[in-house]
Amino acid sequence: MAMIDEPLYPIAILIDELKNEDIQLRLNSIRRLSTIARALGEERTRKELIPFLSENNDDDDEVLLAMAEELGVFIPYVGGVEYAHVLLPPLETLCTVEETCVRDKAVESLCRIGAQMKENDLVDWFVPLVKRLAAGEWFTARVSSCGLFHIAYSSAPDHLKTELRSIYGQLCQDDMPMVRRAAATNLGKFAATVEPSHLKTEIMSIFEDLTQDDQDSVRLLAVEGCAALGKLLEPQDCVTHILPVIVNFSQDKSWRVRYMVANQLYELCEAVGPEPTRADLVPAYVRLLRDNEAEVRIAAAGKVTKFCRILSPQLAIQHILPCVKELSSDSSQHVRSALASVIMGMAPVLGKDATIEQLLPIFLSLLKDEFPDVRLNIISKLDQVNQVIGIDLLSQSLLPAIVELAEDRHWRVRLAIIEYIPLLASQLGVGFFDDKLGALCMQWLEDKVFSIRDAAANNLKRLAEEFGPEWAMQHIIPQVLDKINNPHYLYRMTILHAISLLAPVMGADITCQKLLPVVIASSKDRVPNIKFNVAKVLQSLVPILDQSVVESTIRPCLVELSEDPDVDVRYFASQALQACDQVMMPS
Amino acid sequence: MNGKGPEDARDPAAPPALEWKFAQVFGERTAGEEVQEVDIISAIEFDKSGDHLATGDRGGRVVLFERTDVRAHGCRRDLERLDYPVSRHPEFRYQTEFQSHEPEFDYLKSLEIEEKINKIRWCQTANSALFLLSTNDKTIKFWKVQEKKVKRISEMNLDPSQAGGNDSSASSSTAGPRACLPNGGCSYNYMCNDFSFPPGGFPSLRLPVVAGQETSLVAKCRRIYAHAHDYHINSISNNSDGETFISADDLRINLWNLEISNQSFNIVDVKPANMEDLTEVITSAEFHPTHCNTLAYSSSKGSIRLLDLRQSALCDNHSQLFEEHEASSSRSFFTEIIASISDIKFGKDGRHILSRDYMTLKLWDINMDSRPVATFQVHEYLRPKLCDLYENDSIFDKFECCLSGDGLRVATGSYSNLFRVFGCVAGSTEAMTLEASKNPMRRQVQSPARTARSLSSLTRVVRRGAESPGIDANGNSYDFTTKLLHLAWHPTENSIACAAANSLYMYYA
Repeated sequence: MAMIDEPLYPIAILIDELKNEDIQLRLNSIRRLSTIARALGEERTRKELIPFLSENNDDDDEVLLAMAEELGVFIPYVGGVEYAHVLLPPLETLCTVEETCVRDKAVESLCRIGAQMKENDLVDWFVPLVKRLAAGEWFTARVSSCGLFHIAYSSAPDHLKTELRSIYGQLCQDDMPMVRRAAATNLGKFAATVEPSHLKTEIMSIFEDLTQDDQDSVRLLAVEGCAALGKLLEPQDCVTHILPVIVNFSQDKSWRVRYMVANQLYELCEAVGPEPTRADLVPAYVRLLRDNEAEVRIAAAGKVTKFCRILSPQLAIQHILPCVKELSSDSSQHVRSALASVIMGMAPVLGKDATIEQLLPIFLSLLKDEFPDVRLNIISKLDQVNQVIGIDLLSQSLLPAIVELAEDRHWRVRLAIIEYIPLLASQLGVGFFDDKLGALCMQWLEDKVFSIRDAAANNLKRLAEEFGPEWAMQHIIPQVLDKINNPHYLYRMTILHAISLLAPVMGADITCQKLLPVVIASSKDRVPNIKFNVAKVLQSLVPILDQSVVESTIRPCLVELSEDPDVDVRYFASQALQACDQVMMPS
Repeated sequence: MNGKGPEDARDPAAPPALEWKFAQVFGERTAGEEVQEVDIISAIEFDKSGDHLATGDRGGRVVLFERTDVRAHGCRRDLERLDYPVSRHPEFRYQTEFQSHEPEFDYLKSLEIEEKINKIRWCQTANSALFLLSTNDKTIKFWKVQEKKVKRISEMNLDPSQAGGNDSSASSSTAGPRACLPNGGCSYNYMCNDFSFPPGGFPSLRLPVVAGQETSLVAKCRRIYAHAHDYHINSISNNSDGETFISADDLRINLWNLEISNQSFNIVDVKPANMEDLTEVITSAEFHPTHCNTLAYSSSKGSIRLLDLRQSALCDNHSQLFEEHEASSSRSFFTEIIASISDIKFGKDGRHILSRDYMTLKLWDINMDSRPVATFQVHEYLRPKLCDLYENDSIFDKFECCLSGDGLRVATGSYSNLFRVFGCVAGSTEAMTLEASKNPMRRQVQSPARTARSLSSLTRVVRRGAESPGIDANGNSYDFTTKLLHLAWHPTENSIACAAANSLYMYYA
């Protein structure tokens, strides 16, 4: 064993641990590969470290993943771009491992290195690597090769370009569906580097083969290619080549393919231009909105706003709106829920008249939906409608919906509506709020479920922030303080919690005059839980209040509590007393 | 025989009956040896190439065997072109074994979960690593079995025996590897700040040298697909798309992506709103060998449903239903029980489905859903004994079935460690009874199987293999405790692997 100088000791450990039994230590060493490389110097990194990594590639996937990532930024450590090619062999082997995430990372790193390599180096080293992988015995290598063509292609001379295109064509017809899927996924990226003349001929014929694949999973990915290719082609070519394909796809036998079309269709509208959109894509989209399969309708309904934004208002009103009306009473609650989450966005597109005439009845029916998620989705986007039609028109039907949600038997629904109350309050204004919603907010403080009581207390704080302390003094504080006499200690505890939240918003004066006496009175409660919560609340009030008040009112109360028979009360009282002392300290 | 139906004209086309010979046995029992419960084989599966065979047992272990009579993947095709003597048959050797499942306890439901392997399915091979799925009642696991180099590290920078911060394998026993990690990290940080690296690097540092060429097979669990089944998993099946598989329990079928273990999609749910309305459960499910969107499942009522996954996300409506209606005259108390299908398998062509119920094997053509194209009686002599079989619960035994790779023959197991092989081409009268022992032909019945003339001439549905009752009278008492439930046919050759308790017998023809 060699003797190592003292300062080199840590690096020596790092190197030795590349082969440690413990995976954590190996991972640690691999993550610090750049340190090892700097210690070895550029030449020995090229001649020893990189070959060493290439040979020792039967490690655990976590280590390989880290190695793939490190090698992607390793160019500076091997002597710069002219030596970048030495990094290719270890990454090439990583491109063939079975674990998908390792392969993906290796491909990513290869692309990163390839993008920096000089043109003739790419031809000498990168293109042969792509060809080797594409001809690999195992499907894993061929899958990885698909993601590298777009780097290799642009700098290759003409004869190599022809070869690369034909290899890609073969990959799209591979026996293994995994390879065809990878080829379909990367087609858009590759096509972007191919010259327009070849794009129209070879790439489009490859694409057409993929669109007719037996495997649904391949056709699915070809749908994604539609939008990518559509953007590369001239509008008229897009109409002749892509449009028929997507129209076909929208009537595919497999619901998963139609589902993908429903998700992607709006992206294609821009590529083909307005006229084909009107003639072909709108009817296709309408079909998807009326699809037999609920999953497809869910996807289509979720895109209704994005699609309408591309169309002229007349088209949207004429073709899409009738479907939206149907969907609002769809048999699947998930479809209605998807619609409810986006339908608000249609209001600005349609304009005020159409919104009031056509959209409003749909909002209202969704607001009365039997399924709470649908109602919640509408309420959560209320601000968008407000901008178009104003809240007055809505408020009449809004209130019953809110009240019903506020009393829903599922506490999660109640919780969701509480969280929207501040938004509603800001939209509806003080007047409306006082009349209708104030009582609800108080009612939640006495909910059976703790999370609701907790959220109700928070809600009061947010309302006080929204409408100011004066308003809160009139509309919140008296009602809250009333409830401190509730016979059940859990509700009294909620009130104490609400007081501690409200105090910072209300300011020192109101706290001192109104809130503090209630807290102090509670220190005589017969339930120890209330008493130690009083201690906690008092502690939270210390920074807000004047020092004289702390000394005259809070401290005596805490001292009394610190002599309580209950151990928890004594503990929290002493904690609070310490906090008082700390505030006194600086003076 | 004496019928002059169209079948007879096709008789010459039917391949000659095979003569089965003993090939190998693994885990043979010596006379008087007790069989340990945990050693009983509960699953057998060949991989797609037929180069590997896996068995699972009640102890949760998976044992792998590899074929030895072919050298390597690449040259097999060349070898086949050469003129080899006909006696060549697949030979396997023990490769490795691993513990796939352990017994568990579900504390929420107060249920013991057995470690017994219910099914094994091979996945796509990659980079000479083998991949397989194994399942017990609740949990599916994805295994990778790969040759790993046995590493011997030399030329370390630091002497492993040296005291100090060095953490080699030697020190892990005392300090524990994790304890040293921050140490290395701290020193490194100190270096970063106060140290400048010379441009040529430090010549005294060296990389470890890995020596040793030996390899060993290591099985590693890559993914665990758990908590998706309320009932017992009876089947798992890979899709031809190479990325998904299904798992079926009594009432539901779930669809998984192999790479995603934390979610699955429920595609079939036959659970009634009220469990008292339950009349039918799922007994077995399998994907079509080539159509990624076609799936078949069988039920306890004796029907097979074909699903088209393209039609909708939740496949509660089948696209085809295969059912045979029993004549009401022959109904008895046992009719419904014995109609329950215990296993279904697609033929390699994807056109035929083989199903096994308690008394028969049925071969279905997916283009004809009204009745099977052929029905084979497996152990008709037991029909008078159904009452006894019901009493001792044997009537609920789940026998598996299999098709040969060429689709010409089918096989299934029976009691007394017997299994039966039938020719299923129209006109074939092949019906063999073999015993899982070193002398498989010992029980072979001499009298040829009869053809039910009346039926064949009318409907072309051939009933064959109804055994002469003489076999029952020849003094053999049928042993219900030795049942041959699991067997598998080699995908390319006439070779059968079958399990008799803890022994794996292999035969060839």
